[in-house]
Amino acid sequence: MSEIKKHDTPMVDQLKSGPWPSFVDDIYSYGEKHKKQCAFDLMGQLELSYKHKETHWKHGGIVGVFGYGGGVIGRYSDQQEKFPSIWAFHTIRVHHPAGKWYHTAALRKLCDMWDHRGSGFVNFHGSTGDMVLLGTTTEQLEPVFFDLTHQFHWDLGGSGSNLRSPACCMGKSRCEWALFDTQEIDYELTMHFQDELHRPAFPYKFKFKFSGCPLDCVAAIARADLSFIGTWIDEIQIDQEAVKAYVNGELKPNAGAFSDRDWGPFDIKKEVIDLCPTKCMHWDEKEQKLYINNKDCVRCMHCIAVMPKALKPGKDRGVSILIGAKSVILEGAQLSTLLIPFMRLEPPYDDVKELVYKIWDYWMEVGKNRERVGELIQRIGLNRFIVDVMGMKPIPQHVRIPRNDPYIFWREEEVPGGWKRDIKEFRKRHPA
Amino acid sequence: MADEKVIEKLKELWTKYEEIDGKFDEEMDPVFKEPYYPGVAEKLFNPDKPMENRITDIGPPYFRQFLPPIIKKNYGKWVSHEIIQPGVLKYESETGDVIYVVRCGTPRLETTDYIREICDIADKYCDGYVRWTTRNNIEFHVDSEEKLKALIEDLKNRKHPNGSYKFPIGGTGASVSNIVHTQGWIHCHTPAIDASGVVKSIMDELFEYFGSHKLPAKTRLALACCLNMCGAVHCSDIAIVGIHRKPPMVEDDRIQHVCEIPLAIAACPLGAIKPATVEIDGQKKKTVRVNAERCMFCGNCYTMCPAMPIADGEGDGIAIVVGGKVTNRISPPKFSRVVIPFIPNEPPRWPTAVKWIKHILEVYSQHANKYERVGDWIERIGWEKFFELTDIPFTEKSIDDYRLAYTTYRTSTHFKFTKHIEIK
Ligand code: HEM
Ligand code: SF4
Ligand code: SF4
Ligand code: SF4
Ligand code: SF4
Repeated sequence: MSEIKKHDTPMVDQLKSGPWPSFVDDIYSYGEKHKKQCAFDLMGQLELSYKHKETHWKHGGIVGVFGYGGGVIGRYSDQQEKFPSIWAFHTIRVHHPAGKWYHTAALRKLCDMWDHRGSGFVNFHGSTGDMVLLGTTTEQLEPVFFDLTHQFHWDLGGSGSNLRSPACCMGKSRCEWALFDTQEIDYELTMHFQDELHRPAFPYKFKFKFSGCPLDCVAAIARADLSFIGTWIDEIQIDQEAVKAYVNGELKPNAGAFSDRDWGPFDIKKEVIDLCPTKCMHWDEKEQKLYINNKDCVRCMHCIAVMPKALKPGKDRGVSILIGAKSVILEGAQLSTLLIPFMRLEPPYDDVKELVYKIWDYWMEVGKNRERVGELIQRIGLNRFIVDVMGMKPIPQHVRIPRNDPYIFWREEEVPGGWKRDIKEFRKRHPA
Repeated sequence: MADEKVIEKLKELWTKYEEIDGKFDEEMDPVFKEPYYPGVAEKLFNPDKPMENRITDIGPPYFRQFLPPIIKKNYGKWVSHEIIQPGVLKYESETGDVIYVVRCGTPRLETTDYIREICDIADKYCDGYVRWTTRNNIEFHVDSEEKLKALIEDLKNRKHPNGSYKFPIGGTGASVSNIVHTQGWIHCHTPAIDASGVVKSIMDELFEYFGSHKLPAKTRLALACCLNMCGAVHCSDIAIVGIHRKPPMVEDDRIQHVCEIPLAIAACPLGAIKPATVEIDGQKKKTVRVNAERCMFCGNCYTMCPAMPIADGEGDGIAIVVGGKVTNRISPPKFSRVVIPFIPNEPPRWPTAVKWIKHILEVYSQHANKYERVGDWIERIGWEKFFELTDIPFTEKSIDDYRLAYTTYRTSTHFKFTKHIEIK
């Protein structure tokens, strides 16, 4: 192996101190131990960026593996002379297992593969959810893919104008609030839509995210084109004895989430009843009993989160499906919009698949290049999307407030006699 | 083993996989029991016949094979949880089983040696099982208090050569959890700022809030190094976004060769890009012109066209947005809002940005009610009050002028008298 060349990185080195885990120490230790030039070159290039306050990565470059349109992102340094070992430094997205559980047998083997074929640097995880392998050359792409598929039975994630790797909360594996099996549906849809995930045919990216309850730990409502959020339709289950235990200070409110500050004794009126957004709760001091008017509850989870041992979501469970979230590029940020208030889920989730195909068919037909589905809905109007595209009945739940202008696009068939009129007849009644 | 033998073995394992469609559940896929064989891919992949031996469309491994047995046994049966100390949770199942979870922050950008160290810990205490959260934290699961104690002791003592913790414990309850962030100057071509360096600088300064429960509610931080926002900054309590402030340059001699000019023109949300022709060395070349007056520096043109670079050391920097959230708890999810439109890049430790973030966090902590997220607190007191309490100078840059701007104007006489109102 040729001599390792080190670079002076006085600014980057300042990120070694302080209590938070230092990626700089980690990368340098790795470079020393494995005698890997790319560790020193990457830090050297970062130092140069700190000096210039500009990135030194070139624009893209299309690379990939045969037959796939995504999963690999081309990356080249603009400092080939100075940092030759990171001149080509492509990213590979490896599809994470639902819920991001791993066994070390798989992880260690992945590490060995990545030491051999790439930089040894990773992101656990990318913000979409994939394991991101940072930095390898074009020649290594097919071998990495063959290694992954043959030696791990593991596939790439999505990138480009296709279905991105779906993501879900840990759901039933550990959370008592999971109202549907987020991991199972994530896996099922991931497998069902493999073609859409690997071969870009969409106007732009498309994301599914699954959160087991309205607390939405995977930010489905903010980051997914189709957001699945668990909810219930019946009544919050109350254990009145446990409620009393919270009121008497025997149980810690919010499972101990506020333990390092003195907020005074637990006050059910102030902390639960008054904060309920619909004011649908009542605490009867005399009876020592909690009442909930479930018809008015909007299932925000607050009361349940404050008194988890006393309150549980209802028993008749399903999902709310919302559509169209994205961040600011291009038309401004959007949160997902309620499309289907409640759907019961049953594997293999045929209702969901049907819904997805319906949305995609339309989007692929009329969506413009780089138009997310949420932007398309804005362009044509939510009303037309719900009625004409989805064939659904519009309901008040679809809006926060009704429109305030009467600029309504009436359809011809809705108006008696249609739009064809005779100006001559009109003038007979109204001489000009 | 000779490569031929290995390939035979791998074929056997593939047949096993196919028989059950990869749905390994009770047992892990035996492929993971095999060591990594460095040489076989070259044998399997034939550049002249690229379809030969190619396995495609298999997705990730079935998740259930990676669930610890106790998790599998209690799947969907958990009844309650408790945070017994910051970063440490206890879960109870209806079966009577109990597990303890220790949550640790990570830098997200890491090496395989760091992952191996996580594996060492997981092997020692957790039968090899480990999981990551959506916010780049790791979670170790143990089934007894003794193991829990030993695990916590062990984690506390693992440090990098210059003293930073490898696995700081925290991120639960009313804390600042790990920062969701992006690639920055480490690995992307469009950033206006770095990511990992800024995150490290912020988390060093907010470290005590990661490992404690003293805030009014959980506080979620995020960072995106350009407006593509690969991190979810648009719905975070406090977030950083990298912005440009100079219009793109146009490389007349290169653009027609490296870009599809109509796509570059269409990329601009404000129609600021127009087609043009120039003469270079007597040759007519197709190019574009940017109407700088109209440009809002979004960088979308550069995303579409490499001959329109926009980054600039002096022009680029940080904007701070606050008050967003994702959860439906108490109030609906909401967007973050721009409160500091620009702070210059100050590598390696970005002191001005860090100072403001800590200040905003502490003013919030001092004034908000229990359970109140940053955005809920600001809505209760009013944005004018927020600017007064934090002493953040209010500028015209915080008045929206993009789509739907009108919905953010104050169309009432409800306002508070703060220092901003000057009465003659
Ligand atoms: C070529 C430079 C880029 C790099 C290096 C980059 C990097 C990444 C990475 C590593 C992820 C996580 C991926 C995963 O977990 O699967 C990601 C997610 C994301 N990217 Fe990019 N990206 C780039 C360009 C873009 C562009 C051009 C856009 C938008 C126009 C964009 C928007 C996003 C968003 C919104 C996410 C977050 C998705 C989510 O949270 O669900 N990125 N990016
Ligand atoms: S989204 Fe709800 S169900 Fe899922 S992990 Fe979070 S709290 Fe639990
Ligand atoms: S879930 Fe929310 S809306 Fe429903 S009763 Fe509890 S606090 Fe009120
Ligand atoms: S936010 Fe922008 S600069 Fe940062 S990684 Fe994503 S595309 Fe690149
Ligand atoms: S930076 Fe944005 S607004 Fe400016 S020219 Fe490019 S695309 Fe248009």
